[in-house]
Amino acid sequence: MTAVLPEVSSSGTSLRAFLHGLPGVDQVGAEQRAAMLATRSIKTTAKEWAIDLAIRMVDLTTLEGSDTPGKVRALAAKAKRPDPADDSCPAVAALCIYPAMVPVAAPLLAGTGVHLASVATAFPSGQAPLSVKLDDTAAAVAAGADEIDMVINRGAFLAGRYQQVHEEIVAVKGACGAAHLKVILETGELATYDNVRRASWLAMLAGADFIKTSTGKVQPAATLPVTLVMLEAVRDFRSATGRQVGVKPAGGIRTSKDAIRYLVLVNETVGTDWLSPDWFRFGASTLLNDLLMQRTRMRTGHYSGPDYFTLD
Amino acid sequence: MFEYAPAPESRSIVDIKPSYGLFVNGSFAEPTDGSTFKTISPASEEVLAEVAEAGPSDVDRAVSAARDAFDRWAALPGATRAKYIYRLARIIQERSRELAVLESLDNGKPIRESRDVDVPLAAAHFFYYAGWADKLEHAGLGPSPRPIGVAAQVIPWNFPLLMLAWKIAPALAGGNTVVLKPAETTPLTALVFAEICQQADLPPGVVNIITGAGATGARLVEHPGVDKVAFTGSTEVGRQIARAVAGTRKRVTLELGGKAANIVFDDAPIDQAVEGIVNGIFFNQGHVCCAGSRLLVQESVYDGVLAALKRRMAQLRVGDPLDKNTDIGAINSAAQLERIRTLSEIGSSEGAERWSPPCSLPDRGFWFAPTIFTGVTQAHRIAREEIFGPVLSVLTFRTPAEAVEKANNTPYGLSAGVWTEKGSRILAIADQLRAGVVWANTFNKFDPSSPFGGYKESGYGREGGRHGLEAYIG
Amino acid sequence: MVSSPAERVSVRKTYKLFIGGAFPRSESGRSYVVDDTNVALASRKDVRDAVLAARAAFRPWSAATAYNRGQILYRIAEMLEGRRAQFLAFGLDDATVDASIDRWVWYAGWADKLAQVYGSANPVAGPYFNLSGPEPTGVVGIVAPPDSPLLGLVSVVAPAIVSGNTVVVLASEPSPLPAITLAEVLATSDLPGGVVNLLTGRVPETGPWLASHMDVNAIDLTGVDDPALATSLEQAAAENLKRVVRPPAEPVDWTVDPGIARMTPFLEVKTVWHPKGV
Repeated sequence: MTAVLPEVSSSGTSLRAFLHGLPGVDQVGAEQRAAMLATRSIKTTAKEWAIDLAIRMVDLTTLEGSDTPGKVRALAAKAKRPDPADDSCPAVAALCIYPAMVPVAAPLLAGTGVHLASVATAFPSGQAPLSVKLDDTAAAVAAGADEIDMVINRGAFLAGRYQQVHEEIVAVKGACGAAHLKVILETGELATYDNVRRASWLAMLAGADFIKTSTGKVQPAATLPVTLVMLEAVRDFRSATGRQVGVKPAGGIRTSKDAIRYLVLVNETVGTDWLSPDWFRFGASTLLNDLLMQRTRMRTGHYSGPDYFTLD
Repeated sequence: MFEYAPAPESRSIVDIKPSYGLFVNGSFAEPTDGSTFKTISPASEEVLAEVAEAGPSDVDRAVSAARDAFDRWAALPGATRAKYIYRLARIIQERSRELAVLESLDNGKPIRESRDVDVPLAAAHFFYYAGWADKLEHAGLGPSPRPIGVAAQVIPWNFPLLMLAWKIAPALAGGNTVVLKPAETTPLTALVFAEICQQADLPPGVVNIITGAGATGARLVEHPGVDKVAFTGSTEVGRQIARAVAGTRKRVTLELGGKAANIVFDDAPIDQAVEGIVNGIFFNQGHVCCAGSRLLVQESVYDGVLAALKRRMAQLRVGDPLDKNTDIGAINSAAQLERIRTLSEIGSSEGAERWSPPCSLPDRGFWFAPTIFTGVTQAHRIAREEIFGPVLSVLTFRTPAEAVEKANNTPYGLSAGVWTEKGSRILAIADQLRAGVVWANTFNKFDPSSPFGGYKESGYGREGGRHGLEAYIG
Repeated sequence: MVSSPAERVSVRKTYKLFIGGAFPRSESGRSYVVDDTNVALASRKDVRDAVLAARAAFRPWSAATAYNRGQILYRIAEMLEGRRAQFLAFGLDDATVDASIDRWVWYAGWADKLAQVYGSANPVAGPYFNLSGPEPTGVVGIVAPPDSPLLGLVSVVAPAIVSGNTVVVLASEPSPLPAITLAEVLATSDLPGGVVNLLTGRVPETGPWLASHMDVNAIDLTGVDDPALATSLEQAAAENLKRVVRPPAEPVDWTVDPGIARMTPFLEVKTVWHPKGV
């Protein structure tokens, strides 16, 4: 199948035929599978391991109009040392911010192992000319971002202009240079699991390093069933091409219980190969404190409280 | 590696007595001419309790108690009977964790299933039929529906509490009284249900639970004081019962075996179809009369479906039924395990190719790894005979007509599955399948309002829904 | 020279079996005498052939629309109305013949209503469309009431076929002539061959072959007078779990409204689950 795929995206017609020929997703069945996996009981040693892994997978995020350098500095410090009272707590995977804030964060994270992810391409709507989106990307990379979270052109996708969506992703990937590219599908606007499957394949065919569920600005954002469908897509893509692509659910993941459910989903859909920050991330902000609280509870044996963790 | 640590459900919620008597006329008593036997946990082979075996005069006593209670029970206003049955439903919900743990211990099924499927459905069944008790004249069974009398009910070991609910709820709603015999390997939840009848202040004699094995069951079914027989179990025993009641006026309903075809078309939603295949045959260790035990996959998508199926089967967790993460529990008994093994060996010897994912099975207890046989044809015994275990036979077809023909080419006719994204095809295939339950793009779904039962040698009569009342109305 | 009416030699009718829409003699070549008339004495091979014809007719008859089946049953009523005199000549009274015609009319109206009265949309606790509908069970063997050779016969045949079943009927042994005459009505009513097959003869001889036949799905023992025979037929029927209608406990008043009780024993309820999703 590897030989077939370059031809798939060579024209709008063949791309459309390929995407529409992918197996459909039965909504009820997919949601039931996700719900059943959510009943897994992860306790004791398994829970400790999962919490630490989840912390290491967090893309600690602030994407507000009101972000200032002060805010970003505080969050960068948290990203490096999430638990003020416990050095054994691992750092998160990345800090995720707007391009304008990248110059503030870059020097703070340099050499720490924490990645600097910037959204780009007229996030969150993506409704801007391509040239503007490419400049947005290039500027973020030049300022020091080593990861770019772009948004796909949902208008073009829903209008069936798959070739255009594909070309834009390819162009953004080019503008990324060495930076790795996460492609946000904005699953809430795609509305059906069939569309999520098609958009996942489209992004991967165009060169995405990661596919990401949401901007967090539209409801619904990440859900277990949507993530399930995306995990199935990356699994099938690797079978077909040999290339591994990561998955990032973002938005609406607030508790450790939620995060652990996502890890179970990964474990039982694509397996161990994806259970690392190189291949799975959580786009979240409040999740981190809940993970820290649960981590502390497991270590100390009693329930903790919000005063013991920083609000940044 | 993401290892799930043991997550056992605690056993302390359930208080299993060392021994149980027979529940007749509202109280427990020792058998008069019967003996006792032990019930074990099939996961560990530990003895759980000693249980009575009802002898002939115990059966007489139970039938008399049901007969004596009948006139008063039938004469109660329907609304009053309804309230008793609602009480039973509510108490089951209140004691749901205890019942789920006990069911998993006695039967071997995973706690996740007994907790999330068996016990909630049992409660729902009582709740549903409670509401019919005072509305029978609207059920389409005639303007003045009457109860039949004393119902003899014999149930199997695969869904002990749920099968009890399927039998007792409509019988009581219709104004009948019952004598029920649970299977000899799974008597415990029925005995706790008897305690629940006491808790609900159900008038004595309305429900009688007598434990025992085949001889007790035969005695009960053949008892001249019984007006109605309801049996769920093997086709072979169903046949014997049909012969035994010939020439009497006893009404009979039978819910027997099956060898359901699960049909996957080339345009099926593949990931959900694979879930459906797995659910269809490995749910409850395959101890399901309506199990999708024959996979009919369209030849053009065979390779992809098989690869996905094997990959998915490798995720199945076989182990301690009380561990909340267990997917497949223990086989119910040594006898059943032997049957599954024998038929599997026959499958191999007839030339089918056998595959199981790597699976470590505990030393004690009765276990069988989930297994598929490929290269199976209609002529193979494993394509025709009910195995009643976690064993799937995989066959192929080319066209919709061929799929239907193969699916229907069996003396059974209990259930079937169809997987395709094309709506008109779902409806056309469902129309042509000779099966009492057809699941389209899903499998093994049950609901108290949804009638369940078979065509042909899978039995006759329906349980659930409005049609489920028919068996209990004269 | 013309013979006078008093001397004219009549052309006597031969009463044969009705199988697959045709009127063959018994393959055994035997007959028995009723009212000075030779009537075919069906053998087990006739039973075999009748079941084959019924099975072959089942798929198209059950696949016909309910409207179509209803129209055919109504046509049977029309044809029977036209043949009243023939049935009166057997000694049946007007009321009986009227009731028989009216019974066909009544059942004709059920064809397209059974699914509505006997089916259900079930409100399951999940995102599923769940529908139960009745289907015909297949080939039904019927032992017709011996003492009601027209009205009783119609009352056991019409309810079985209106829903799409096909039948093999063992006609009243003492009074078979109305049955074969009814078969002539059926043969001219656009009823496809094989939907109704009628065998005259000795019920104790043919009954066991019908009751034990593995390709018969149900058996109606209404016309079996002898309790011992009824019991043995019911036992034979158990081999393939046929649906059994036992002989009535009390003599039946065939003029009474039958309700749906003679249609439902030959219906299978099929319940289909469809997930509802985008």
